[in-house]
Amino acid sequence: MSRQRLFELRRLSVRFGDSVAVSNLDLHIDRGETVAVVGESGSGKSVSALGALGLLPPGSQVDGERTFDGQNLAQLSPRQWNALRGGRIGFVFQEPMTSLNPLHTIGKQLAETLRLHQGLRGEAARKRCRELLAQVKLPRIDELLAAWPHQLSGGQRQRVMIAMAIANDPQLLIADEPTTALDVTVQQAILALLDDLRRRHGMGVLLISHDLNLVRRHADRVVVMHDGTLVETGTTQAVFETPRAAYTRKLLDAIPEGRPARLPSAPEPLLAAERLGVSFARPKPFLRPRPPAFVAVEPLALQLRRGETLGIVGESGSGKSTLASALIRLVPAEGEIRFGERRLDKLSGNALRRERRQFQIVFQDPYGSLSPRMPVADIVSEGLRFHHPELDEDAITQRVAETLAEVDLPADCGARYPHEFSGGQRQRIAIARALILKPRLLVLDEPTSALDRTVQKQLIELLRTVQARHDISYLFISHDLAVVRAMAHRLMVLKEGRIVEQGDCDTVLTTPQSDYTRALIAAADLSLA
Amino acid sequence: MQRTQRPRLSPITRRRLQVFRDNRRAYWSLWIFGLLFVVSLGAELIANDKPIVMQYQDQWYAPLLVDYPETEFDGFLPTTADYHDPFVYEQIERHGWMLWPPVPFSYQTLDRDIQGPVPSPPSTRHWFGTDDQGRDVFARVLYGFRLSVAFALALTAGSIVLGVVIGGVQGYYGGKIDLLGQRLIEIWSGLPMLFLLIILASLVEPNIWWLLGIMLLFSWLGLVDIVRAEFLRARNLEYVRAARAMGLPSHLIMRRHVLPNAMVATLTFIPFLFTGAITTLTALDFLGFGLPPGSPSLGELVAQGKNNLQAPWLGITAFVSLSVMLSLLVFIGEGLRDAFDPRHIVSAASPRPAQPHTPVQESLP
Repeated sequence: MSRQRLFELRRLSVRFGDSVAVSNLDLHIDRGETVAVVGESGSGKSVSALGALGLLPPGSQVDGERTFDGQNLAQLSPRQWNALRGGRIGFVFQEPMTSLNPLHTIGKQLAETLRLHQGLRGEAARKRCRELLAQVKLPRIDELLAAWPHQLSGGQRQRVMIAMAIANDPQLLIADEPTTALDVTVQQAILALLDDLRRRHGMGVLLISHDLNLVRRHADRVVVMHDGTLVETGTTQAVFETPRAAYTRKLLDAIPEGRPARLPSAPEPLLAAERLGVSFARPKPFLRPRPPAFVAVEPLALQLRRGETLGIVGESGSGKSTLASALIRLVPAEGEIRFGERRLDKLSGNALRRERRQFQIVFQDPYGSLSPRMPVADIVSEGLRFHHPELDEDAITQRVAETLAEVDLPADCGARYPHEFSGGQRQRIAIARALILKPRLLVLDEPTSALDRTVQKQLIELLRTVQARHDISYLFISHDLAVVRAMAHRLMVLKEGRIVEQGDCDTVLTTPQSDYTRALIAAADLSLA
Repeated sequence: MQRTQRPRLSPITRRRLQVFRDNRRAYWSLWIFGLLFVVSLGAELIANDKPIVMQYQDQWYAPLLVDYPETEFDGFLPTTADYHDPFVYEQIERHGWMLWPPVPFSYQTLDRDIQGPVPSPPSTRHWFGTDDQGRDVFARVLYGFRLSVAFALALTAGSIVLGVVIGGVQGYYGGKIDLLGQRLIEIWSGLPMLFLLIILASLVEPNIWWLLGIMLLFSWLGLVDIVRAEFLRARNLEYVRAARAMGLPSHLIMRRHVLPNAMVATLTFIPFLFTGAITTLTALDFLGFGLPPGSPSLGELVAQGKNNLQAPWLGITAFVSLSVMLSLLVFIGEGLRDAFDPRHIVSAASPRPAQPHTPVQESLP
């Protein structure tokens, strides 16, 4: 079967000043084919695609042969580039929240691409817009055309982005992590849509992703990149079933595995909540009655025993983070919270602050959760200095060193600043900051979501070790079922602030009772693990 | 545990210093302005109508520090000696010696020995000429510069304290405190400061403290918006939420985690506060509602230049000294703004900071 070569890169290299981002990359895409580029963050997968199409900021240098449909890309004039990008080559970027202009309606933004590349105006443009939105399977098209980006959900926005990308019947579609910011169930729908469009239009698709799960289902061929070089390439089946490179094997193995340690038969309860609910008042419009409060978490009951991990899963907006914040009194809530022997909901002011060392939290974003102006030793010791003013400088240094060693960080890192560390190391610093106070409860709010799979795996192992050593209870929030399965004893599935299902983790995952849980499990494709 | 040498400045601060140093114009402006200010602090040693030290009949005198009566030098009056007085001058010259400053006039010395009408043009005796009362213009500029800068420094410092505290509290707590504070500030900022000062000038004899106090009542308003916005943004940053979850009290969180963020915006605002303070003081003096008559003031010099167009050295001196001072400040402000601009780093092609950026291996391949 001879296919037509659509896009080809030979010996592509991209440099930023002295540092080489991509070197000697060979890649080609035929018509109607999906080629996936996979690799961890910083492996140069996005940079190579952007570089090949001249979309990198000035200061970068791109070398090598680049051809698209027989045209040498290195010799294009700016005018030809503009006709090519957005016309014959479409793009879908990662962030659906920021890639639409918030000041224009959906209809206007779609019509703009049509006008620029096809000269369509007025009724003709509107008709084409409707067709496109129908193709990406969006509901209530006429309403949508007049809608503003902020009125759409993430998945809907990404569909609009895809509609814009295919508006001019491109021959090549470049999808740079098109689903990373979306919920799992939405991810599958978006990729199925891309598959469908590819078949119908005979497009070539370059799919850039770090998610092996998705790639395995949707790509024809795979290119594995590491540190800016090509590690392995081949058909999806070949790469996944008989990987040749050691790095590929490592990537494939990096699925969180193992199960949490068994609990003693009847551990005492640590945290219990009764009728815990969170609602936010909406602003009162002038001269009209106040609308009903927005209910983020419906009143629910919850129990966490000592040394136990309770996994809370759900898609974005399901209220899982709000629930956790409410439990540790970071957002106001109603209901009863019992922590150990104390009533947490009755505490306030200083008493609550003193109690806080018993329960700590680790946030999702390893880049935002550490103050960039403080060296690591200060970040880690801050809570200790406040809660234990009786400790002298030597004792504090001692405790900081112990805690850093516990989370497997080098001993000399205390004097360094957060920006010198990678995402996984920063997350370890955040964990050290929480652990130094010897808490009995640790709330982990998506602690692994921003990390690569291989790093996730190490972090999960670390968390399990720490739990076993100190008998800490975890409240583990995640949307990633594979990670939750490796961490949680019990599982609670939330949807729109309500408990859909809860119970023993393995039981819920193997015999889900509700449709929603089943959809989540199907989308996560746990069979791979 | 062997603690490695901890750098005193955070990497962000070091990078900013580097960017500032790389901006030659701002860097030199800062040095020149600093030098001028330091020199003007010692104005008494440079331009004064009293000798720095002297010997009279084998006794040491320091007229700069101590007021001696004329009788001390065998004069007739028990008042403070006037060392320009021909009788006193000759007495001392005959029985000892005097060490004069390079300019033997203070800002309020009336030179009675001038040949011809005042204002008199620049000469070796008066480098920048004299004004229409026969006072040395150089001495007046020197003292006036010091007074302006000191006034601006005090006003800026006061504004920063007030602005950061009020803006910070509003921004950090938000909600009702913020709403109430903003409304009060809106009302307060509706008061016309210049008119208040002018009304005040007719009620009391305005001195520098009055002016400072009244201007301080209003000059912090501009800062509040900036600081409040920064605090509002920073209070929901994850590391601030982490500090709150750790149980730190609000004042510690504000000081240690939020304030460093807000200081960036504040620092970039400082040069504008500073120039604003200087121009307001000058404008008031020019209109005659400012410092009491006789004080060394650049605004009064501008007014004299306007009233004595036949003596261009007055206007030119006032213009040059004001424009040099304000330009230097604007250059420094520009440099500061660039140094704090995170997007500016790219063009700051400079040797790498001492500690190289080493995201150490993640123990992954």
